[in-house]
Amino acid sequence: MTLELERNVPDPADETPDGLRSPIDVDPEGRTSLAATAERAPAPWRRVLPWLSVGLAFAVVALVVAWALAPGLFTAQDPYTGVPADKLAPPSAAHWFGTDPTGRDLFTRVVYGARYSLLGGTVAVGVGLVAGTALGVIAGSIGGFLDELLMRVVDVLLSIPGLLLSLSVIILLGFGTTNAAIAVGVTSVAAFARLSRSEVVRVRRTEYVEAAFGSGGRWWSVLLRHVLPNSLTAVLALAALQFGTAVLAISTLGFLGYGAPPPTPEWGLLISEGRSHLATSWWLTTLPGLVVVVVVLSANRISGWISERREGAR
Amino acid sequence: MTYVASRVLSSLGVLLGAFTLAFVLLQALPGDAVMIRFENPELGLTAEQIAAIRESYGADSGLLAEYWHALSGALGGDLGYSVASGAPVRVLVGEALGSTLLLAGLGFVAAVLLAGLLAFAASLSPFSWLATLLRSLPSLFISVPVFWLGIVLIQLFSFRLGWISVIRPGPVEALILPVLTLAVPISAPLAQVLLRAIDDVRAQPFVAVVRAKGASEPWLLVRNVLRNAALPAMTIAGVLLGELIGGAVVTETVFARFGIGRLTADALNAQDTPVLQAIVIIAAAVFVVVNLAVDLLAPVLDPRLRRRVQA
Repeated sequence: MTLELERNVPDPADETPDGLRSPIDVDPEGRTSLAATAERAPAPWRRVLPWLSVGLAFAVVALVVAWALAPGLFTAQDPYTGVPADKLAPPSAAHWFGTDPTGRDLFTRVVYGARYSLLGGTVAVGVGLVAGTALGVIAGSIGGFLDELLMRVVDVLLSIPGLLLSLSVIILLGFGTTNAAIAVGVTSVAAFARLSRSEVVRVRRTEYVEAAFGSGGRWWSVLLRHVLPNSLTAVLALAALQFGTAVLAISTLGFLGYGAPPPTPEWGLLISEGRSHLATSWWLTTLPGLVVVVVVLSANRISGWISERREGAR
Repeated sequence: MTYVASRVLSSLGVLLGAFTLAFVLLQALPGDAVMIRFENPELGLTAEQIAAIRESYGADSGLLAEYWHALSGALGGDLGYSVASGAPVRVLVGEALGSTLLLAGLGFVAAVLLAGLLAFAASLSPFSWLATLLRSLPSLFISVPVFWLGIVLIQLFSFRLGWISVIRPGPVEALILPVLTLAVPISAPLAQVLLRAIDDVRAQPFVAVVRAKGASEPWLLVRNVLRNAALPAMTIAGVLLGELIGGAVVTETVFARFGIGRLTADALNAQDTPVLQAIVIIAAAVFVVVNLAVDLLAPVLDPRLRRRVQA
């Protein structure tokens, strides 16, 4: 953190810009950098693959948003009342994801559960974005002692493992969907604060911002007109990444039983409930989990696409 | 020397900050655990009895006195008493620590092996499609919920294939699936950092020289590239540690193992703030020590950093 390792070594604490790229950073050209493969012209599917995966990622997110907004369009069945005669049926044309011990259609429950994950993810990212960006912008623009103090607070936040920090907030606020989402949001405050501070410091040093000051711009107007818009892409990429992480963390809290109470069809809770039928009904745990994986992968891919574009634009 | 002293001082500062944050979050804010537990009308305690209990937990004194009491206690190794069971937190944590250390240690070793294997295979793969596939595995690993992975592994290896018994497994048998569950998400960031470092080092001129001298790719990778790539991997130790602790909480729940994770979950269900506070502080302390060790070791391992540190 104080050590200057910039050229060879990514700063251990400064994992925001790194983490931003890392989970998705499969180089689109498959940069294997072996002398033999690098010289060969990339195969045609290589050019298409990154675009295909970004398109798929957006399609997945759009579908899940649609599930959350209008679940009735995607399924005609009821997520809360089941048909006891159909209980524990394996996946079929009538029940795509099978049914649970009370005969409720699992696909319907997953569709209705989308709103809890999406809302939770949005609240979590919102908490992290607002609180983190505020901290970072204040630290980066005022500087001096306050900057030092706020960044030490960020260090402290980073020193507590994410899950434990979430659990500390939950023990304070109590169980529930919104509380779990806030608790997850608190863990991303540090990342947003670091990123926005470094962006503000970077943009501040550019010539057009100097020029804006030189031509008599006041601090707040320059901040709003020049600094914030130019930091936006980086923050957006982090927000997309944090959204995926938040969906994952919220399902974990739901699984541990600290999120929405049953019979809410929250994804983590669905998986937790399916555990009692592990030996006989694989679909109860496997399929909702796959949905979580696909959504998180998509959010990460979108985040990677945003940062790739940003680097390409520079 | 100044560098070492300043790093140690700032680490202590972070630790004090973490302690203060945990204290503010879990003790200073209204609604303390003692009240929640003992003001329950079913217990039939009189107001005087509650006051006496509060006094015995030290919850009646002023906030600053309480903070000082907790801090000096923690420095002396006294982490207070569990509100739920009345046992000293130090004893509870001590009982659970061994099992979690075993799980986390093995999980970490397995993750390092997995990440190394992945980075190696991706760098040496003769087919570019295979390299692309292997390089995309870490982003998949990161997107998998740990608890779900554990359940799927149980389903596959215990119920489908019947390789690992779920009922009364032996001590080694009982560790295989939890360690694997923990290792997969930890290996992902490690593999990514390793892969990027390998790419970076390979682009450097000295590698071309070694290759021109006739070194084979595996030899080059082991002898020249890996040594240089190990340092960036070390610097994410702190991040990995956080995931390791979080992963242990979830893994212990999924596999019904006793340990710090179970202690955490029980503490949460019983509103047992002293226990949770102690676990948070211990985790932060481990994080700070690991990061300090990495920062102090880095210049020892890489002479290029030493010059910069002295300057």
